[in-house]
Amino acid sequence: MKLQEYQLKNIFRQYGIPVPDGRVTSYAREAKRIAETINAPVVVKAQVLAEGRGMSGGIRLARTPEEAEDFASQILSSKIREIPVSKVLIDEAVLIDEEYYILITYDRAEQVPVLVMYDTGSLYIETAANSLYENLERVTIDPLIGLQQFQIFDLASRCNFPQKYQRKLFKVCLQMWKIFCEMDALLVAINPLAISTDGRLLALDGKITVDDNAFFRQQTLFDSQPGLVSNMTEYEAQKYGMCYFKMDGNIGVLANGAGLTMSCIDYLRHRGGRPANYLDMGGSVHDQKAEKALRLLYEDPRVDAIIMNIYGGKTHCDKVAEGLLRSLSSNKRKIPTIVRFSGTNADIALEMLKGSLIATVPDMPEAVDKVFEFIGAPSNEYIN
Amino acid sequence: MSILINKSTRVIVQGITGREAGFHCRDMLNYGTQIVAGVTPGKGGSWVLDEKVPVFDSMKQAVEATGANTSIVFVPAHQATDALYEAADSGVELVVSVTDGIPVQDIVKVNAYMKNKGVRLLGPNCPGVINPGEQKVGIYPSDCVIPGRIGVVSRSSSIAYMTMARMKREGLGVSSCVGIGGDLICGTTFVDVLEMFEVDPYTDKILLMGEIGGLEEERAAKYVAYQMSKPVIAYVAGISIPEGKHTTHPGAFIDGGIGLAREKLEAFKTAGIKATSNWMELIDLLK
Repeated sequence: MKLQEYQLKNIFRQYGIPVPDGRVTSYAREAKRIAETINAPVVVKAQVLAEGRGMSGGIRLARTPEEAEDFASQILSSKIREIPVSKVLIDEAVLIDEEYYILITYDRAEQVPVLVMYDTGSLYIETAANSLYENLERVTIDPLIGLQQFQIFDLASRCNFPQKYQRKLFKVCLQMWKIFCEMDALLVAINPLAISTDGRLLALDGKITVDDNAFFRQQTLFDSQPGLVSNMTEYEAQKYGMCYFKMDGNIGVLANGAGLTMSCIDYLRHRGGRPANYLDMGGSVHDQKAEKALRLLYEDPRVDAIIMNIYGGKTHCDKVAEGLLRSLSSNKRKIPTIVRFSGTNADIALEMLKGSLIATVPDMPEAVDKVFEFIGAPSNEYIN
Repeated sequence: MSILINKSTRVIVQGITGREAGFHCRDMLNYGTQIVAGVTPGKGGSWVLDEKVPVFDSMKQAVEATGANTSIVFVPAHQATDALYEAADSGVELVVSVTDGIPVQDIVKVNAYMKNKGVRLLGPNCPGVINPGEQKVGIYPSDCVIPGRIGVVSRSSSIAYMTMARMKREGLGVSSCVGIGGDLICGTTFVDVLEMFEVDPYTDKILLMGEIGGLEEERAAKYVAYQMSKPVIAYVAGISIPEGKHTTHPGAFIDGGIGLAREKLEAFKTAGIKATSNWMELIDLLK
């Protein structure tokens, strides 16, 4: 889960990391009042989780409170990368003397957290630590003892960070580490950490991504960020502990397991078919879950045929078949459904489907053959 | 016969009294795995699985009484971290974490702690390890694979099952299959497993099955190019998953152009490894 800029700035404030004076609002008129209180030029920033807000007109510099109101009203009625903007952050505009980029994240190769620092804005901060460029200055953090001050000192001197501000930098980094641990973050970044022309050290923007696996002990944090799904089907699937997203085709795909779903979609595309979605029912599928999953696809007007690929391990195929049979009532358009059952209780499941209109196949390739029999084979093969 | 586990592997099941653990324990016993004990705090002194397996309150007691050297953890995510630390302290050499949904922060600490103690962590969020026809410490469906001389290592459990089942149809057998897990941080990596297969006398060639996300496949490719003599065939899942979309595997996502299937395939090909994103082509490559 990613946090919005205004949320993470509030967190930075709580942890004593200096940020520019500012407040968030949903009303253009209030934007004016905030700008008046700040009593200086302000930046009006759209609060959406999208890259490149600046390029899409989501960040504007306002010299007067009236201008702030004007920009806020424009931004609040716009969409950035398809996402409607419901909040703007009004921040004091800061004149920057020098800027640095700092992040703490996991190095997947070394399997430890790292603190990374660099001084160019041309890098994509979320991937800076895990890119193949090994030239960024970094220190690895022992997860059992945590970030130590001498490490920050070492990093600061390697990056020629001005000595005058080093004490403040120590505090910023140690507090970032504290946030990283206490919030179960996968990423805490400041981009940029600026030294202003009037001699302040400030976090002008940042990023915090929270580990979804830590949901059970970060509930308040997750509650603060409701509904980051982009459509109703995604939401329904999530409610049942399944993972769904839309793709642009007409063949519904569902399977149990991330890998199985991915390889099924990939294979379908290799054969020239166009998947309508990714739908992974997850580890242990019971009948209700299977029923729900199929209903979601049957109710999708884009879907012309469905491939269901089940390899039963923890999942029992007969339970899935039970759900499948129950879901058929919502198959109003008589969408052809091709099922592959293998593994635990597959024989029982196949027996259950006898006499129904469901087509069964022994393996994934045959499932794709069968789909093309029903809806016609594509004229050209998809090339990756 | 092959890597990580063998005839002298003696297994403790942590969380043995849970429903899912019970199902898989029975399956492992039937397959020939020596399950010598179970651990569930508060249920010590009882016997499970037709009175064949004793239950202990703690790992320490269980290891002392049975001389076990391996543990498999079925404890649910919010209690799994404690179970993993307990396993690390108990004297076993290999800990298999089947549990998914454990916070990354915990796994990183557990992993560091185990490394200091010389204990190997496999997983989390993994199906474990199977030596076909001999024993399995994990949740593989028993009939999905036949013995042979191809070593298999996979991030995804379901792709491993499906592929080995197809290999079985084609008469291709497996020496060992290791599932390293679908999480962001895995205790045992592709490179670790490749290293073991390289010196394993029962393995002739290796099938590596990766997926989008991270750079683990790229590292494996480099390792194969410089350090391995045995042939490796690679598969990468997720070439049609758009950037930014999250799959059910916490580790399988593309962010800022890192973790692309295309790049991984390219890395394998550069290293002289036959690689594909087309599952049927993979089966042909294996023949």
